[in-house]
Amino acid sequence: MFGYIVRRSVMTIPVMGVVALIVFALLHFAPGDPAAIMAGDSASPAQLAEIRARLGLDQPLHIQFFYWLGQLGQGHFGTSLHSHKPVAEMISSRIGPTLSLAVTTMTFSLLVAIPMGVYAAWARGRLSDRLVMMMAVLGFSTPVFVTGYALIYLFSLNAGWFPVQGFTPLATDPVRFLQTATLPTLTLSAVYVALIARITRSSVLEILGEDFIRTARAKGVPEARVVLRHALRNAAVPIVTVAGSGAAFLISGVVVTESVFNIPGLGRLMVESVLARDYPLIQSLMLLLSLIYILINLAVDVLYMVFDPRIRA
Amino acid sequence: MKLHMKMASSLLAAVVSTLLICAPVTGTELKIVMESRLGNLDPILSASHQTRDHGYLIYDTLFALDAQQKIHPQMVDSYKVSEDGKVYTFTLRDGLRWHNGAPVTAADVVASIKRWGKRDRMGIALMSITSDVSAADAKAFSLTLSTPSGVILDAFAKPSGVPLFIMPAKVAETPVTEAITDYTGSGPFIFKADEYQPGVKAVYVKNESYVPRKEEPSWFAGRKLAKVDRITRIEMADPLTSLNALNSGEVDYVQNINSDLMPLVNASKVTTARLDQLGYQISYRFNHLQAPFNNKLVRQAALWAIGQQEVMQAQFGAPENYKLCGAVFGCGLPYESDVLAKMVMKPNVEKAKALLKQAGYDGKPVTILHISDIPSLSSVAPVMAQQLRAAGFVVDLQAMDFMTMLSRRANQGPTTEGGWSIFITSWHNTEIQEPLRNFMIVSEGKGGYAGWADVPAIPQLTKAFLTAGSEAERKEITTKIQSIVYDEGVFAPLGSFARISGYSKDVKGVLPAPANIFWNVSKGVP
Repeated sequence: MFGYIVRRSVMTIPVMGVVALIVFALLHFAPGDPAAIMAGDSASPAQLAEIRARLGLDQPLHIQFFYWLGQLGQGHFGTSLHSHKPVAEMISSRIGPTLSLAVTTMTFSLLVAIPMGVYAAWARGRLSDRLVMMMAVLGFSTPVFVTGYALIYLFSLNAGWFPVQGFTPLATDPVRFLQTATLPTLTLSAVYVALIARITRSSVLEILGEDFIRTARAKGVPEARVVLRHALRNAAVPIVTVAGSGAAFLISGVVVTESVFNIPGLGRLMVESVLARDYPLIQSLMLLLSLIYILINLAVDVLYMVFDPRIRA
Repeated sequence: MKLHMKMASSLLAAVVSTLLICAPVTGTELKIVMESRLGNLDPILSASHQTRDHGYLIYDTLFALDAQQKIHPQMVDSYKVSEDGKVYTFTLRDGLRWHNGAPVTAADVVASIKRWGKRDRMGIALMSITSDVSAADAKAFSLTLSTPSGVILDAFAKPSGVPLFIMPAKVAETPVTEAITDYTGSGPFIFKADEYQPGVKAVYVKNESYVPRKEEPSWFAGRKLAKVDRITRIEMADPLTSLNALNSGEVDYVQNINSDLMPLVNASKVTTARLDQLGYQISYRFNHLQAPFNNKLVRQAALWAIGQQEVMQAQFGAPENYKLCGAVFGCGLPYESDVLAKMVMKPNVEKAKALLKQAGYDGKPVTILHISDIPSLSSVAPVMAQQLRAAGFVVDLQAMDFMTMLSRRANQGPTTEGGWSIFITSWHNTEIQEPLRNFMIVSEGKGGYAGWADVPAIPQLTKAFLTAGSEAERKEITTKIQSIVYDEGVFAPLGSFARISGYSKDVKGVLPAPANIFWNVSKGVP
């Protein structure tokens, strides 16, 4: 397994190179000009040309690309065109809230969704199964911002239990962290609980119909052990797949939740940098997110091997 | 025993109340949310209103406007003008210090004027008739003109566009195409660069050594007294979240509450007001370089086709939320005029059709850059498009965010190569109230403002405005400009609107002004 992990890790290098090229090309061929944005509404063509020259945007694209690649090779991610802060510093200050939200959401979702899905599969056709599935459909089909605003209305504005907005890091104040992270976590979890519960239910149902489950029951193995030990373990691969892609999506796709709860995370940073055509920042963010996707995929593959020895072989 | 208890509790109560009364008011923090994010910290390089408001917190100005739009000295103590009107001599008032404690000198002012004079439209005009600006000593400086002008103090006091913020000389020597990185000012608040997180927050603390003027505060003039210890500007992308935060008391001031969110304001906790009564002019401009608007008759046809009422009603709903105005230089302002205003106010479809026929319009599509991410502009373009279609135009409405519009607008090519035909924008009324500030009238061809109108009479009249000898002469010039602007189809106003701000009932002393200013504002204590 160790060799496999090393091989896969080495393979990320050419993948990242291709990602870098595509990101650079997409950005520079897409409409938009950071100089025009910096200069503002009242800039003259001469002022625009001067700013472009200062930013090096008047250089041929291949020179700009190799310059950026050279800088990356030396560990320099560049400086934001607008705030003039180092890109690495900007990203590191914004990654914490997003990671925290991803971890709390995935933890909560898995803790709730897997028992829900297993129970629904075990109680197939009963009222409780239908209730679970109805909740799953509701959670999956309600837009995130509707869930967010509804929770704010109920628990912040009416009950006053949680703040409307903001984020406090865990290390700064654990109690305040829980207060600020609860509603965004619940908001995001609604979708993931629904998704994972449905997948868990269908996977466990499929396994419960297998011959070896019938054999186990015939041998008198307790029902809890049949469901949790035999059925759930064998149903783990699709659940891990969904949870893995969900985690990757969470890290890059929480823009709406971050906006509704005013959380200064990577999603908002990405939107801000795209709107401002802040090339160094967008490029670095895209590279980082691609790396996270690759690493999560690697982790998912490793977990496949843990849960299914046939894959290992 | 009972007596002892009573005495002890009375004593405790007295001590506590004394402490409460005598304790200095420390740690008051005002949390504010502005309409859009603070992206640039250089108020000379960027004309963004967010950057301007950041500038008003940390910098001071030589002169300032009051609520009657009268000009008052601010950093200046006294000034005199030579008999021939060519030499202005100024003396700085006592007590001016930079945030690092160093005194503000005339050399700093001179460097600041020079940098501003390379960037601001009015500053550039002023510099074109300035033969010398120099410091006589630590507190005195002079401006020598080649031709007398009646708008020097107006230029120094204007509150928007690019206001003349005074910076230390070493900061003001930064090239005007490069953003400053040192934010030392001499204003009532100090910017905490170490706490600044772009897109998250900006922090300002009270400048304890600021010496305010003695006069009552009014707009940008008079006493600038910092009454809170700290201002935290929190960036919020979502308007409903900022209103929720205001209702719940998590923030104290929200610059803009969209009219559709007004029913959600908790009136028992929040005061709402149009603090900026002058408001903004919404307007559009044609691309004169490319078909179909490279034809004057087609531009006139479009002016007749588009009406203000329909656009403003679609955008702002109830009539109290907007004003119709056909004046190039704004309504209720010194150079308001109704010359040819009928061309831009009410649609006349038949006239538009006739002009199109006369122009031989061949159905070339009109590409409108439709800004969809700014709530106060997002409904304008679709209504204009429909009005143009009704008159016989073929319209291609292209939705985009404001930043993309800025980039796209720089393209001088045809629409088939990413060019455009009409863009829509808004300016604060203080930015358009006379020819030297108004970008929408700029008609200097390909090197000028987007749209690239080439009407030599307009820059000539603008120059004449700069050197006009009297207010009557200036009024005559602006009326002439309006007539030419509409006849040539340089641009057209659509009307004006004023934003509604909200602040906690706990917040006192908020000053109305055509920018967001936070001196005189207290929180929790009267």
